[in-house]
Amino acid sequence: MKYEAVIGLEVHVQLETNSKMFTRVPCGYGKDPNSLTDAVVLGLPGALPVMNYEAIEKSIKVGLLLGCKIANTCKWDRKNYFYPDMPKNYQISQFDQPICEGGEVEIEMPGESPAVMGKHRIVQLTRIHLEEDVGKLTHFENDSLVDYNRAGSPLLEIVSEPDLFSPEETFAYLTSLRNSLIYAGISACDMEKGQLRCDANISVRPIGTEKLGTKVELKNLNTISGVKNGVEYEIKRQVKAIEAGEEIFQETRRWNPEQRYTTPMRSKEMAHDYRYFPDPDLMPVKIDRSWIDQVKKELPEKPFDKQRRYIEEMGLPYSITSALCPDLSLCDFFEQTTKLSNDPKKVGNWVVNDLLRELSASREKGEPVSVKDSPITATHLAQLIELIEKGIVSNNVAKEIFPEMFSSGRSPEDLVKEKGLEVKSDQNEIESLCSKAIQDDPDAADKFRGGKEGAINALKGLVMKATRGQANPKVVDETLRRLLSE
Amino acid sequence: MSSAILLEKTAVELSDLLGKREITSEEITKAFLKQINRIDDQVHAFLHLDEQDFLTQAKDSDKRRAQGKSLSRLDGIPVALKDVISVKGQPLTAASKILENYISPYDATVTRKLKEAGAVIGGRLNLDEFAMGSSTENSAYGPTRNPWNLNCVPGGSSGGSSAAVAAREVPLTLGSDTGGSIRQPASLCGVVGMKPTYGMVSRYGLAAFASSLDQIGPFSKTVEDAALLLEIISGHDPLDSTSFPTEIPSYTQKINDPIEPCTLGLPKEFFGEGMDNEVRNSIEKAVEFYRTLGHRIVEVSLPTTDLAVPVYYVIATAEASSNLARYDGIRYTSRSNRAKNAVDVYAKSRGEGFGEEVKRRCILGAYGLSSGYYDAYYLKAQKTRTLIREDFNRVFKEVDAIITPTSPTPAFEFGSKSDDPISMYLSDIYTISTNLAGLPAISVPCGFTEANLPIGLQLIGRAFNESSLLKIAHAYDREHKFGCFSPPLAKE
Amino acid sequence: MSESEENPMNIDYVSNLARIELSESEKEKFRGQLGDVLKYFEKLKEVDVDGVDPTAHAFPRFNVWDQDQVKEPFAVDQALQNAPQSRNDQILVPKVVEE
Repeated sequence: MKYEAVIGLEVHVQLETNSKMFTRVPCGYGKDPNSLTDAVVLGLPGALPVMNYEAIEKSIKVGLLLGCKIANTCKWDRKNYFYPDMPKNYQISQFDQPICEGGEVEIEMPGESPAVMGKHRIVQLTRIHLEEDVGKLTHFENDSLVDYNRAGSPLLEIVSEPDLFSPEETFAYLTSLRNSLIYAGISACDMEKGQLRCDANISVRPIGTEKLGTKVELKNLNTISGVKNGVEYEIKRQVKAIEAGEEIFQETRRWNPEQRYTTPMRSKEMAHDYRYFPDPDLMPVKIDRSWIDQVKKELPEKPFDKQRRYIEEMGLPYSITSALCPDLSLCDFFEQTTKLSNDPKKVGNWVVNDLLRELSASREKGEPVSVKDSPITATHLAQLIELIEKGIVSNNVAKEIFPEMFSSGRSPEDLVKEKGLEVKSDQNEIESLCSKAIQDDPDAADKFRGGKEGAINALKGLVMKATRGQANPKVVDETLRRLLSE
Repeated sequence: MSSAILLEKTAVELSDLLGKREITSEEITKAFLKQINRIDDQVHAFLHLDEQDFLTQAKDSDKRRAQGKSLSRLDGIPVALKDVISVKGQPLTAASKILENYISPYDATVTRKLKEAGAVIGGRLNLDEFAMGSSTENSAYGPTRNPWNLNCVPGGSSGGSSAAVAAREVPLTLGSDTGGSIRQPASLCGVVGMKPTYGMVSRYGLAAFASSLDQIGPFSKTVEDAALLLEIISGHDPLDSTSFPTEIPSYTQKINDPIEPCTLGLPKEFFGEGMDNEVRNSIEKAVEFYRTLGHRIVEVSLPTTDLAVPVYYVIATAEASSNLARYDGIRYTSRSNRAKNAVDVYAKSRGEGFGEEVKRRCILGAYGLSSGYYDAYYLKAQKTRTLIREDFNRVFKEVDAIITPTSPTPAFEFGSKSDDPISMYLSDIYTISTNLAGLPAISVPCGFTEANLPIGLQLIGRAFNESSLLKIAHAYDREHKFGCFSPPLAKE
Repeated sequence: MSESEENPMNIDYVSNLARIELSESEKEKFRGQLGDVLKYFEKLKEVDVDGVDPTAHAFPRFNVWDQDQVKEPFAVDQALQNAPQSRNDQILVPKVVEE
């Protein structure tokens, strides 16, 4: 009997707002413990919540980006349960009237090779809602410590339908979702900083059947590859268990990344009775057409749409786009340069091969530079390409000076002039160098005259060497041929 | 001026004396402190009082006045607060063991407003634990006694706030009213107590009991004093999302505006059995008085009246069970030392820290919201609540105010209702529905029983129309001033 | 989790839900008292609320919010001033058995 897996993901994203969801204390990461609190964050007697407008608007933006239906009216509910990271022992969330319903995420599976685009599929979403984050618990041998800095930060929960069918699809889904959220400026989605968190619901069923198996919730998936590995393990575990005649029961399990297996967490109160009820301290939200239209204007182009545009309209090869598109600021750089240069293919190559290399190197050195701060500007790159096209500089020389352009921030024109790197096209100079080459290597000259095409390369090599590679190859070629035929 | 005379002055009178420089805030405050020290061990209205701080504020007020920089008509007047309203640096126990060591790090909005008005704020006044009760017998720190008869309850939950005014320990106090917790104790202690329209006074800083019902309001000897305090504490607060954006007029001016003849409604459901005869007679006399002023009295009907108590208790306990979840032994409350692990901390700290009534209500509330019961209890109650609101809307099409007794009986003896929760819940029967409808209501003292126990008259007004309600109440109060009669205990 | 008519409230379940430890005598007392209160609540059963909306707020409004402007938070010692136990500026709780 063969089994297939069905997976649903619940992704929590921290919205990048200045202040928290229900109070205007600042959000922040890595600050001194308990330095971002007030009466509301701590749930002191008498504290009351006040909504953050920006968080609502950002949620609408995400909803529109993912093709959701934005609610006309949505409201707040209390989700009641006790835990040390919960200041009020209820979380303000949205139960039956979430801010967004439906929606979809386009995913891309790996192709046969990195140069080939893999299959795309649309994964359905169930809903998106807004809620507040909880504090952070750290465990020690005999006790635990709680830091409420994170408590109260705005959190968007994006729930997919059980519409993923493999660990690879799960990986693709997360990657695509992250890219979309980063594009929209919603969050930097850094999983290590907890800006994006993921729980998976996994079940298996015999292939060809419709009924969903008992689902197991998987937590502690802290990296994108951890999600893939955890899902993969859990699927195998469930299949193995079923084949051994065991029953899968509904539970929450924990992924252990070091040991690479899942373990049961103590089953919490029989399917948590959260006693949801509308929060009497908060008024509902009405979202009208004009607000939606206004947010629509600010939507970015979606990552896959951009990729398709680059391929179809600009003729970029797939492999270049898959290096460009995940990084919005890299794409911005690319598009700016293309506007100045008009040759997207060349620009694409330079950006992906050379600029990315310099940026990586800066990270490795420990002094990371972001694309936005790149010392090589769009203007510089466009200029470099133009210099090559005009034959002023050879491609090789351009490649050589690129690192110095990056480290110095100087324009290619300046560097070329200063170092005298222009392609030498001076007819007389080349003529004399060619004559000399023919004199220095009469063997090659004879072979060429005798019909061996390739022999000219040795002569070219001598001229290039003498000019440190700066002789105009075309002129050298023409001159040599002329001289050799005389 | 002798302190005996001082203690009998209304806040308005004290303010005038201060304005004329015939007296200082320090003298006023000292007189009240002397009274507190003389009789509060019998009354037990106060859970805590920082006398030094009280006097310092009074002296600061005098300094301001000397420089011509008085902040308001309330500048220099002592005001004490129910121990659920946050004052930075002061304890907030909510009369519970679970908060016995808690010091508030911030001011409630009403506290800030009082400070900005220059009032002399101090004292933490006793209450039924977490505002749950109608007698102040549920305080973890011992009950407050009715200054008119120390064997009787002062009412609740704001028993301390009410008794303190009745006993002439302070001229003004603030309490909170969720189901009658200002009006009922005001009635039982013979003082004025008012619950504003829901949303008129900010709840920011009020330890919440039932969020959709709670309101802070004034206790005083006269309606005019209540108007003065209300003026200062009302108003939209951006920190409270349920607070209503509305202009606050000068209530003290408005109450003296000429009053056109009104229509006053007597809901027949409030005048059935269960009402003490002396209470009935007293109310009827008051109604007669309104007739002589030229107002029309009509009988009206609020058929949903007997649903109010179960609706209230389902909703209030549900909201309370959620609001009190934060008192858990983790962040800022007492913590049980029997807890072996984190999960234990909750149940044991709350089991030890909460009193019986609080436990009852939290458990009831959790039940009413729990899976399988939410529709039958909480949702049903909220829908029935709509029917109750509609009843009032309908009645207010014909009348300008509704008159009822505040409490079916005068103050009862300690222990007479504490074994029977339902009997205690029913003593709220006249006050509860106004919280459900969000309407403003005021209790005005209107007489005494043979046994010299106070009786209170309740007036219920239209939403956000405090001016009109206060005017109608003042029309009675200025001619009778029952709130200015002092219990023998209060006189030296 | 539904209960039968005869035993309307499972005190153990609900007191655990509410995280309130009750002594055996308290449980006994509450069973009786709360049973009576619930019977009293039965009045609600007879009310016809067909087509009636629940009252979420006495005077409903929409879109009550604040602009995203930060304000000063508590100082750390202010945040911890009432903590029963703390260490390294964090609240200390007895060991949490698992996440």
